[in-house]
Amino acid sequence: MSLGTVADWAGAGALVAGALLALAAGIGLLRFPDTLDRMHAATKPQVLGVLLTMLGLALRLRSPADLGMVALVALFQLATAPVAAQMIGRAAYRTGRHDRSLLETDELADR
Amino acid sequence: MSPTWHARLGRWRDQAIALGWLVLIWNLLWGRFTWANLVGGLLVGGAVLVFFPLPPVTFGGRLRLRALVSMAASFVVDLVRASVHVAVLAVRPGPPPRSAIIAVPLRVHTDLNLALTAEVVSLVPGTLIIDVDRDDAVLYIHVLDLPGTGGLAANRERVLAVERGIVRAIGSARELHTVTVDRGSAP
Repeated sequence: MSLGTVADWAGAGALVAGALLALAAGIGLLRFPDTLDRMHAATKPQVLGVLLTMLGLALRLRSPADLGMVALVALFQLATAPVAAQMIGRAAYRTGRHDRSLLETDELADR
Repeated sequence: MSPTWHARLGRWRDQAIALGWLVLIWNLLWGRFTWANLVGGLLVGGAVLVFFPLPPVTFGGRLRLRALVSMAASFVVDLVRASVHVAVLAVRPGPPPRSAIIAVPLRVHTDLNLALTAEVVSLVPGTLIIDVDRDDAVLYIHVLDLPGTGGLAANRERVLAVERGIVRAIGSARELHTVTVDRGSAP
């Protein structure tokens, strides 16, 4: 088996794993009860999911120009996802759009 | 050298490093390195730095390669473990998970440390930054499924471990001393 075949199969495995994480994220988005819980599903499986998808793409494309682009997509994804999540989470918390009954403790409430 | 001259030199160095990164990104976006892309990148990067100035974040520590690799490795382990945990929570039947908002005071009060720790913590599934107290360097974190992730103390310790990893990788000697001496005595 050549190195290319190994890379193709590893790439395919990474793509499927990434897609499964994206599916779990979609299900979580539907099933979690309030905004803050949903933010976990909406922003986080995306991180590993996108990284695995990019890894899969890189293993299958294998040309320098595509690798640069793939690296940039992963980099910007990692840099922007937490910012978006924090902005939405903070807005949801400050406007009271979260379910207090779901929280065990809230150390921000008595600040 | 006078202090102001020294500060200006440091500022120029920071700007030059930022410009270098922007030129690299510009070339990667075009897909290949050519002289035209290099010149174009310098022009666009220069314009970005002039028209969208950011507060200076001067890097005060030094890079420790081995600590950086071990931080990256533990980040990947955390990322995979937590991604699987959140995915299982999403698909398993039963009542919704119990969450919590916890306050974690960091030990090192620099903007760079605060930003990097917040960034890494929020990249890992199950923890979401709700608010940041910049003056006191406190992160307010929403933890999904608090009982299933080991409770309050374990979650606090995990965030402090992330901070420790970052300081070990890029912090100054004094910051490193702060995070290793106070270890385990979080308020």
